[in-house]
Amino acid sequence: MTTILRADNLTRTLPGEVPVTLVEDVSLTIERGEFICIMGPSGSGKSSLLYLLGLLDVPTAGRVWLDGEDTCAYGEEELANRRLEKLGFVFQFHFLLAEFSVLDNVTLPIRRLGRLKETAARTRGMELLERLGVADQGTKHPHQLSGGQRQRVAIARALANDPLVILADEPTGNLDSVAGGTVRQILRDLAHAMGKTVVAVTHDPVFAAAADRRIGIVDGRIDADWRPA
Amino acid sequence: MLLQLEVAVTHLTGRRRQTLVSLTGVVLGVAFFLAVSSLMRGSEKDFIKRLVDNSPHITVSDDYRHPRTQPAELRWTNAAVHISNVKPQTETRGIRGYRERLAFVESLPGLRVAPILLGSAVLTFAGREQGVTLSGIVPKVMKTISTLPEKMIKGSIDALEANPNGIIIGTGLAEKFNLTLGRNLSVVAASGGSRAMKVVGIFRTGNAAYDENQTFTLLKRAQVLFDRSNRANRLLIQLDDPYAAREVARQIEAVVGYKATSWVEASEDILSVLIVRNIIMYSVVAAILIVASFGIYNTLSTIVLEKTHDIAILKSIGFHARDIRLIFLSEGVIIGMIGSVFGMALGAGLMQLLSIVQIKPPGVSEKVFLPIWWGPEQFALATAFAMASCILAAYLPARRAGSVHPVEILRGAA
Repeated sequence: MTTILRADNLTRTLPGEVPVTLVEDVSLTIERGEFICIMGPSGSGKSSLLYLLGLLDVPTAGRVWLDGEDTCAYGEEELANRRLEKLGFVFQFHFLLAEFSVLDNVTLPIRRLGRLKETAARTRGMELLERLGVADQGTKHPHQLSGGQRQRVAIARALANDPLVILADEPTGNLDSVAGGTVRQILRDLAHAMGKTVVAVTHDPVFAAAADRRIGIVDGRIDADWRPA
Repeated sequence: MLLQLEVAVTHLTGRRRQTLVSLTGVVLGVAFFLAVSSLMRGSEKDFIKRLVDNSPHITVSDDYRHPRTQPAELRWTNAAVHISNVKPQTETRGIRGYRERLAFVESLPGLRVAPILLGSAVLTFAGREQGVTLSGIVPKVMKTISTLPEKMIKGSIDALEANPNGIIIGTGLAEKFNLTLGRNLSVVAASGGSRAMKVVGIFRTGNAAYDENQTFTLLKRAQVLFDRSNRANRLLIQLDDPYAAREVARQIEAVVGYKATSWVEASEDILSVLIVRNIIMYSVVAAILIVASFGIYNTLSTIVLEKTHDIAILKSIGFHARDIRLIFLSEGVIIGMIGSVFGMALGAGLMQLLSIVQIKPPGVSEKVFLPIWWGPEQFALATAFAMASCILAAYLPARRAGSVHPVEILRGAA
C-alpha cells in the first residue's frame, strides 16, 4: 500500500475575538485506492477537514503531505497547481459553470493545465462523459440536466486531469435515493476499479455503508476510525 | 482562444443588456470626445491659420532688442566715472543700409521678403481729417508676402506702379469720407511733407480698424513724403513653413542686428489662451469617459458578485488568483476595444455631420463652415483614454475577484 495523503496534527482555527477551532489535532494516513467516508454531525468540522486535505484551506498548525510532498511551505499558486494536477473536487451542489456547455465544463481543468491540445482535450472530455454515462448530454447546458446527471458531470470534471485523490463534499446530499445510489456506485468504482483515492464527507448512512473505511468526527477531533468487515 | 478570455467573453455575453449599457457609455464617450476635440482643435488650427496668413511671419523693425552700447562705454569699459544723461546720437529712423540687409534676408532659403516704410500721416478730404498709417510698399514684392491683392475690391495694387501719386485705402475710410476710385485727397506726413494723392485702389479685410486706418503708397513716394530717402523701417517676411518662424527670426536677428519678431512671439498671449482652452476641452471630454467607466465598474462589480460561486469553483479546480484577475481585466479591455471601434465610427460620423453644418454669423455674407480637424492623434488619444478608463474601471472588481477565498464561499453554500 502507498500512502497518498497524510495529515500530521492538523489544527484549523478561525481568528477573531473569540477564536473558533474547526479542526483540532487531526492525524490521518490515507492509502492509494481507499474509499473513505468522513462522518459526523453538522458543524463537527468534517468539511473543514476535507478542505484542509484538499489544499483549499491552509492549517493553522500541522502538515498535509500529498503524494510524498510536504505542502505546508507552498504558496497559494503552488497549492493551486497541486489541486489542478493531483486533486479533483465534487461538491454537494454541482457547481458547474452555467454559461458553459457540459463538455466545456469538463474540459476546463484540462485546458487550464495545458498539457493536451484543444482537440485532444475534447476527446478526453467526451471519454469521461461516456464513462459516466452522460456522453449524450455534452452539448447541453447544466440547467438542462437532472440533478443526478449534473453530479455525474461534476465527477467527470473532477477526473479531468486524472487526479490521485477525489474529494467529495456531501456528493449525494442533494439527490434522490436512485441518483444518490448511482453516484455512490461510481465513486466506489473509481476507488476499486481505477485505483483512485476517494475521500467523501457525508452524513448519509447508506452512503457511508459503502465505504472501505469510516472516520467519525466530533468537535473537530477524530472520534472513530474503523474499517467495516 | 485563450481560456481566460473565453470565460471573459462568456461572462459578457451572459449579461447582454448590462454589457450593452456599458458599451454604449464607452461608444458615446469616444464619439463625443472625437466630435468635441476635432471641433476645438479645428477651430484652433483655423484661428492660427488666420493669424499666420493675415500677418507677416517675421517682422524686422528698426528697433533693437537691447539698446546699443554708447561709444564712451565701448571705449572705457571699466571706467570709474559714470556720465549720466548721455543721449544717443540723433539719427534718421529706419533700418540702416536696408538694401544690403534685404539682400541678405533674400538669400536665405524658403522665404519671401518685402521692405516697407511705415509712418503716420493725416488725410484731408472735403474739410475732414483722418490720421492714418501710411505704408510705402513695392507692389511687385508685396504681392508675394501679403494677402492684400486678394482683399482688393476696387482697383489693384499694381496701379501704384502706374501712378506714383496713387494711394490705396480701406473700405472703412472710403465709406467715411465718401471716397471712390480716382478721387484726389491731400496727405500730410508727421514730418511736415505734404502731397496730393489719387485713390487707385480700395481693399476690405473685415477688420474695421485696419480698413479705416491703413493706407498704402509706393515705397519711393513714402520715402520722399517722410523725408527718409533710401530707408525702410520694416522688413516683412513670409516663410514656406510658418512654424519655423521663431528659429528663422533668431537667425535673421543675429545677422541683421535689428529686432526680428516672429508671429509666435507676437501672439504668445493668444497661443497660451489656446493651450488653456485645450486643457479645459480635454478635461470636459475626458469626464465623459470617466462617467462611462463608472458604468463598466458597475457591470463588472455585479458580475463579480454574481459569479463568486464560479470564481470559487475555478479556484478550487486550480485556477490562480491572477487567472481570475486576468478574466475580469480582459472583460474591461473587451468593452474598451469594442467601444472604441464603434465610438470612432460614430465619432467620425458626427464629425462628418458637423463639417457640413453651415453657420451664418450676423453681418457676414459668405458661408461659414465649422472647422473640423481630422487629425489621427485625437483618434489615438480617444482610444487611449477609453482603454485606460476601462482598464482602471475593471481593475478594482478584478482585484476583488482574485481575492475570493473558495473555502469561505463553499462554507456559505454548504
